[in-house]
Amino acid sequence: MGLDKTQGRVYPPKPRDVYLYATCLVDQFAPEAGMDTILLLEREGIRVHYPESQTCCGQPAYSSGYPDEARAVASRQLTIFPEPWPVVVPSGSCAAMMRHHYPQLFAADPLLLARSQALAERIFELTEFLVHVVNFKQPDYGSDCTIALHTSCHARREMGSHETSVALLDSLAQVTVVQQARIEECCGFGGTFAMRYPEISEAIVSDKVAAIQATSAERVVSADCGCLFNITGRAARLDEIAQLDTPSLAGEHIASFLLRRTSKATL
Amino acid sequence: MSQVIHFHPDADFKARSLAAVQDPGQRKNFRGAMDFLQDKRRVQFPDQLELEGLRDIGSAIRRNSLARLPELLVQLETRMTANGIQVHWAATADEANAIAIEIARRVNARTIAKGKSMVSEEIEFNHAMKAAGIEAFETDMGEYIVELAGEKPSHIIMPAIHKTKQAIAALFAEKIPGVAYTEDVDELIKIGRQALRRKFADADIGLSGANFLVAETGTICLVENEGNGRLCTTVPRVHIAVTGIEKVLEKLEHVLPLYSLLTRSATGQSITTYFNLISRPRQPGEKDGPEEVHLILLDNGRSQAYADEQLRATLQCIRCGACMNHCPVYARIGGHAYGTTYPGPIGAIVSPHMMGLDATYPLAFASTLCGACVEVCPVKIPITDILVRLRNEAQARPETASLRGSGAGRSKLASAFWAGWTLVYSRLKVYRLTSWLLSRGHALSPIEQGAWTYSRTALKPAPKRLRDLLKDRKP
Ligand code: SF4
Repeated sequence: MGLDKTQGRVYPPKPRDVYLYATCLVDQFAPEAGMDTILLLEREGIRVHYPESQTCCGQPAYSSGYPDEARAVASRQLTIFPEPWPVVVPSGSCAAMMRHHYPQLFAADPLLLARSQALAERIFELTEFLVHVVNFKQPDYGSDCTIALHTSCHARREMGSHETSVALLDSLAQVTVVQQARIEECCGFGGTFAMRYPEISEAIVSDKVAAIQATSAERVVSADCGCLFNITGRAARLDEIAQLDTPSLAGEHIASFLLRRTSKATL
Repeated sequence: MSQVIHFHPDADFKARSLAAVQDPGQRKNFRGAMDFLQDKRRVQFPDQLELEGLRDIGSAIRRNSLARLPELLVQLETRMTANGIQVHWAATADEANAIAIEIARRVNARTIAKGKSMVSEEIEFNHAMKAAGIEAFETDMGEYIVELAGEKPSHIIMPAIHKTKQAIAALFAEKIPGVAYTEDVDELIKIGRQALRRKFADADIGLSGANFLVAETGTICLVENEGNGRLCTTVPRVHIAVTGIEKVLEKLEHVLPLYSLLTRSATGQSITTYFNLISRPRQPGEKDGPEEVHLILLDNGRSQAYADEQLRATLQCIRCGACMNHCPVYARIGGHAYGTTYPGPIGAIVSPHMMGLDATYPLAFASTLCGACVEVCPVKIPITDILVRLRNEAQARPETASLRGSGAGRSKLASAFWAGWTLVYSRLKVYRLTSWLLSRGHALSPIEQGAWTYSRTALKPAPKRLRDLLKDRKP
């Protein structure tokens, strides 16, 4: 499987119903990003269904070299979307896992392969879905602000969704998106890579934090919680070391940022 | 030496990479060099669509020639023999060196002038020659610097990229008789050139690598910038080329697109200063050229990659170095930390076949799988997919192992962890319970978070999971 981007993908018309695959990180650590995804979609007149039996896409085991374990978890996710609705994923990384790597994972099992291929066709990263399917256009009620966008490597290189993230942020009239140095470089998380080689991971993420802090961005926005936790967690640790009381780098999931900017009440 | 078997490959790699990230001078060096090379490459490919088209062509040529490799190698040998080039086959590094030593003994050679060749690094050619009483010396500037310093190349295209000009200035002043310390780069190059050129005249044998081999014409193609490659292959009376069996192409017309992709991807040049096509030894009436030309074709584990449907793509590589130039890990730890002849992403996927997965499996894990390498690889090797496969192999049970050294990275502790993980995420009831417990506890102990908190503040589970919020929401 090459690094397919969104180019050439045929998008369906705006549906009445979608599934939300929130991801294990959002469920446990950033439920507000999941809630805000739901609110964004509902405002567009879409009914959002959350299959309660969802857990994790299986990527941690898949990328760590435990394919049997990944299959055991991933095969459960194949069964939880019975209706033919699109599946919206507020994470480029998990979306890429389900769209591109499930078919690889199940390549040796004709039945599961067919199922995973059928599911892959219905997997949409959130910003991709908002741009290409929903045709998201909402007024920006916020005041002038400057932010940095970090796009995860899987979103960028496997889903092509850095373009849709940029398009959404560009549609907000009062928001300026800065270009931090080496914007396309990885944040150094890489799942279990950060656990296995913490020193190398630290070197990479420290550079990412510095690149963002060298701009005038008031926060970093991302469509992936993994990168966001990595970057802001490193910044917060550096704050601790420097004995700063206020966080020097705030992070926000793009769903929350979009909802906040385009809602009158919550500002 | 790079090819000793490490008994604690993971600990060794960790120690080397830690030393590298803690060396600010080296970090700055690599970062600067990588930024420079990335910019130069970017300028060469202004049009994304054109680039994609070229990469498709490059990939197709390499895949097709690999698909027909056995038959093309036979054709190459036949053609070369007819042209007067002597072809030798080496299954291992030792065999390749033995062939070169035998040739050297037969022609009474005492000295060998070397053009840049990564395969000669792979087989530790200089070392083997020295042991046989033959002096092999580098004539490529980068290789010369590395040799002078008693080091190994840290990059496959730019062997001395880890060295600052100050370090080179000090090295020259110390090691070359009569040279004063200077940081003037032009002056340094001049000093190096003078030291190198003097030695060509005496060399009995010239050694080179090969970038491509053409089966239909029996030609060795050599890409270089310094002209030392041309000198090595024309001045001494014997020329030996050593390269891997995967380098063969079917037709001469296949060279051009790959050559263009190579120079543009590697150094951001539209063309190199020298491009040598060597098809035969000196013919009667010709004024220069070697009397004998030899080609040593090396396997050294390549056939293991070849035999595997997925891993065969590893052999598509044209050694441009773009994958390391764009790798966030390579930029932080540099080439030496890998402990292999070939560093960076290509090193991580090709070295297991040469040295065994048992000695090299940590490299497969030393990647964030960000895919920057896949994006730039001119022949579209799915490097990240191959890394994942090697991770699987490293932890494979004996009954599913398929590579030399498979299973060497298997650990009881890790297997137990992933068995627990599988239990949590494949059984809904277990997941509900554990994630609920976490949200109640509202914190993960540092032990549970492991190395995450080494550099970051602890992650805090939300007091209510998304599924709890949704339950509250329902009327
Ligand atoms: S793997 Fe690709 S990018 Fe890396 S050296 Fe080989 S051809 Fe170049």
